[in-house]
Amino acid sequence: MNLDLALLVPECAMLLLVAVLFVQALSAGPASVAAHRWLPLGALVVLAASVVALPAEGMLLWDAYKVDGLSQFFKLCVAGGFCIAVLNATRQPTLEEGKRADYFLFLGVSAWGLMLLASSAELVTLYLALELSSYSLYVLIPLRGRTREGAEAGVKYILFGAAATAISLYGLSYIMAAHQTTYIAALAARDWSWAASPTAVVGLSLFLCGMFYKLALFPFHFWCPDVYQGSSNETAAYVATLPKLGAVVVLVRLAAVLHPGLEITTAIAWLGVISMTFGNLCALVQKDVKRMLGFSSVAHAGYVTVGLVSGTAEGLAAAAFYALVYVVMNLLCFWVVARVAVDGRNLVLSDLNGLHRRSPVLAFALGVGAFALVGLPPTAGFMGKLFLITAAWNHGYNWLVIALTLNSAIAIYYYLSLVRHAYTEPDENTSLPAPDQSAFSLGGAVALAAATLVLGIVPSPLFEKAVQAGMALFG
Amino acid sequence: MYPDIPVLSILIFLPLVAAALLLPLRDDETVRRVSLAASLIGLAAGWPLIAFNPDAGFQFVERMTWVARWGLEYHLAVDGISILMVWLTLFTLPLCVLCSWTYIGKRVKEFHICLLLMTSACIGVFTSMDLVLFYVFWEAMLIPMYLLIAVWGGAERRYASIKFFLYTLAGSTLLLVAIVAFRIAGGTFSIPDLMQQTFGFRFQYWAFLAMALAFAIKVPMFPFHTWLPAAHVQAPSAGSVILAAVLLKMGTYGFLRFCLPLTPEASVHFAPLMIGVSVVSILYGGAVALGQTDIKKLVAYSSVAHMGFVTLGIFLFQKSGVQGALLQMLNHGIVTGALFMMIGAMYERSHSREVADNMGMGKYLPAFMFFWGLYALASFGFPGTNGFVGEVLVFVAAFQQSLTVGALIVPGALLAAAYMFRVSLRMAWGSPSTAKTWNDLNRREWAYLLLPAVLVLWIGLAPAPFLRLIDPSIDRLLADLRGRAPVKEAPLALNHADAVRHEPPAILASAAIAKEVRQ
Repeated sequence: MNLDLALLVPECAMLLLVAVLFVQALSAGPASVAAHRWLPLGALVVLAASVVALPAEGMLLWDAYKVDGLSQFFKLCVAGGFCIAVLNATRQPTLEEGKRADYFLFLGVSAWGLMLLASSAELVTLYLALELSSYSLYVLIPLRGRTREGAEAGVKYILFGAAATAISLYGLSYIMAAHQTTYIAALAARDWSWAASPTAVVGLSLFLCGMFYKLALFPFHFWCPDVYQGSSNETAAYVATLPKLGAVVVLVRLAAVLHPGLEITTAIAWLGVISMTFGNLCALVQKDVKRMLGFSSVAHAGYVTVGLVSGTAEGLAAAAFYALVYVVMNLLCFWVVARVAVDGRNLVLSDLNGLHRRSPVLAFALGVGAFALVGLPPTAGFMGKLFLITAAWNHGYNWLVIALTLNSAIAIYYYLSLVRHAYTEPDENTSLPAPDQSAFSLGGAVALAAATLVLGIVPSPLFEKAVQAGMALFG
Repeated sequence: MYPDIPVLSILIFLPLVAAALLLPLRDDETVRRVSLAASLIGLAAGWPLIAFNPDAGFQFVERMTWVARWGLEYHLAVDGISILMVWLTLFTLPLCVLCSWTYIGKRVKEFHICLLLMTSACIGVFTSMDLVLFYVFWEAMLIPMYLLIAVWGGAERRYASIKFFLYTLAGSTLLLVAIVAFRIAGGTFSIPDLMQQTFGFRFQYWAFLAMALAFAIKVPMFPFHTWLPAAHVQAPSAGSVILAAVLLKMGTYGFLRFCLPLTPEASVHFAPLMIGVSVVSILYGGAVALGQTDIKKLVAYSSVAHMGFVTLGIFLFQKSGVQGALLQMLNHGIVTGALFMMIGAMYERSHSREVADNMGMGKYLPAFMFFWGLYALASFGFPGTNGFVGEVLVFVAAFQQSLTVGALIVPGALLAAAYMFRVSLRMAWGSPSTAKTWNDLNRREWAYLLLPAVLVLWIGLAPAPFLRLIDPSIDRLLADLRGRAPVKEAPLALNHADAVRHEPPAILASAAIAKEVRQ
């Protein structure tokens, strides 16, 4: 067994962070209150470690664990997202004081699982990493005061999750039976057409269900709006973003077997179309902001498939880039939601009325986030979409590209209603507490909005990294 | 002459810098002064464009790599088709600032920031030579325009702003697909490079449809015009001005810049449809305008008709038609912009846009009615005004192309006279007069109404310098089109188009009328 710790710097840093949190969680009492004070610094250390480890490359653990451009890129994204999610959650009003350390412990374990997921090059390893990240989430979601909705969301998530996992494992058994290997590299060399090996295609389809569940792709999306609505704003911010990143990295790795024209690839393309259309149409009628964002993430899961099915390094890079952009835009929107709902309530659209007066900066940041989600230039959302469709055009799925652009047209309405309520509706609701106007709140909003704009205006440096990662896959 | 100055970039980024400078300001009056100064500086910064050489192709070129992987470039240039539009945008901004001086009372800073962002995006649209860069500016302009209508608009502003946003954004989503398809088929996003290539008819067919939908909505052509009256009526004065003067031109500019050069065969194939729709726009816009009692709505519908003349001129594929279209784009910007400013000034006095509340101003506000009369005359193309030159050129092309088309649009011109006279007469002499206590134009209003008036008469009496700017580009455009697609030669061509630019307008008019009579 080869285990070169130098290749595992980000994972080790994250594990260390988790270990400290574990110790702190054990020592119940006032000591555990302080977790949120030092944790952002710890998360920054992990982020720094991920930056340092960016060029690392190698194979570990009997080639089941692959450190390459793709994994390091995603680990960096996870570390960055974790950092923001932690910052976002430090002022969580619906979290009981005594549970802070536990909360962050599970958050950390989940992110750690996602980091491992990014490097998994073998299906069983991949499955373990996925479960590691999921199990922690099962605990996190109901941690919202003592509300019914939180409990309901938790139950939904765990039941759907367990079912999806079981299906996934079942599929894994078929794949092993058909191709006698679980290494993705070896699997990529096999023939995945229906004619050659129907068992394997069925197996892979079932296995992918688990990933689609994480990604909230139709028809595995049912948990998504309910969980967003039921969990606290801060938890939803995490659930909406990082696990999606994990699902995308797995799909990008598996995309090596998804050549355009295969039955399974076409099936994924169809799921993509249905997912984006269904998600957007449902989002149109939502009143609850988080629920709306939940359906919007169903739609965005559909958008990501456009890059996955193109079967080119650029396509995979575009999918990876879009996933990252999606994380940034969503963290931005959730950041504003969490700062406006200072008492931890669920915001409905009309709660945003007159936000520009109550907090111009937050309103502006929300506007940037909403327009980025629509895919309007000059935000990162536009560049992400442009890259997706440029990569996918003329690779057999032009109808998918057209569906994507038409869907953006549907989506405008509900994203615009965020801006509309914040800017044009008069402010009549006085029961709402004043939004958080501290430097921390505004600084975070401005930084995320700036990131969204900068990624839209100068996407090259990051996108090149993604392309190198994609190239590495196609070797 | 000025080889090293990135003029176009300066013009794009100057408003952005000015908008950033406005951010820390607190006092409304200071904000207005700084905005006015910025708009004038912007106008001055356009001075190097005087060196524009009509006979050369794309000029003031700036080209930098943006995203190397996809071949995106920051590529700016102007030619005869865009130069007038750039000037128009530069001229419009100070007028917008001036006409909002007292009209806009709330959130003045944000208003001017939106205006500045709009200007920046508009100049970007007219100068981008990279398809994606063009699309970025094309879409980016929606956001400030949406806010201008939604925040500072009239009572129905929310409905109007959402309709505007949804309509225009939905229309341009397929434009993005077309852009990507061009990139994959042609290997580049660069417009000048793509113009050198020939694409298959099937490809052109779909690309044309995707682009034409986006442009037709922006123009707007019948039946995609319904967002326009709503947006115009609800928008604040300056919003209407910039919407009419600059935004609508983007659609027709798109036809000239993209459809004709990139999809020539499809353009010829679809020309009968486009001509038909244009004729319907002219007649329908005119007829509906005739029935309006809301003056602003009337001018908005008249825009539909005027823009119909522009698209008609473009798709006749005759030199005089395209000349007329380009001039009409400029004219409509000047005249309709001015009319909207006047309606704003009137609204500040009467707080109503209904004709019945704005009657009998001839005796009490002579200066106001003088300008209104001038712009109304220009609007329906009275000889001696700029509207006449543009319209008559389109008429010449229409009669050259087909007697039917020519005959069909004559009522359109008559309708324009009818609705303009109908409303102007009541405004001047209608009784009972509502204007007894109103003040005539103040100095600020004089300032912003005088400039368009000068242009109206200048273009109306001596259009030659303007035609000189655009002619070579039009020749190239049409030669290129004829080289690639079978354009039917005009059966009635009298070589009139070449005579046009050398003769005084009166002769032009008599020639055109004589021609109509002959037929």
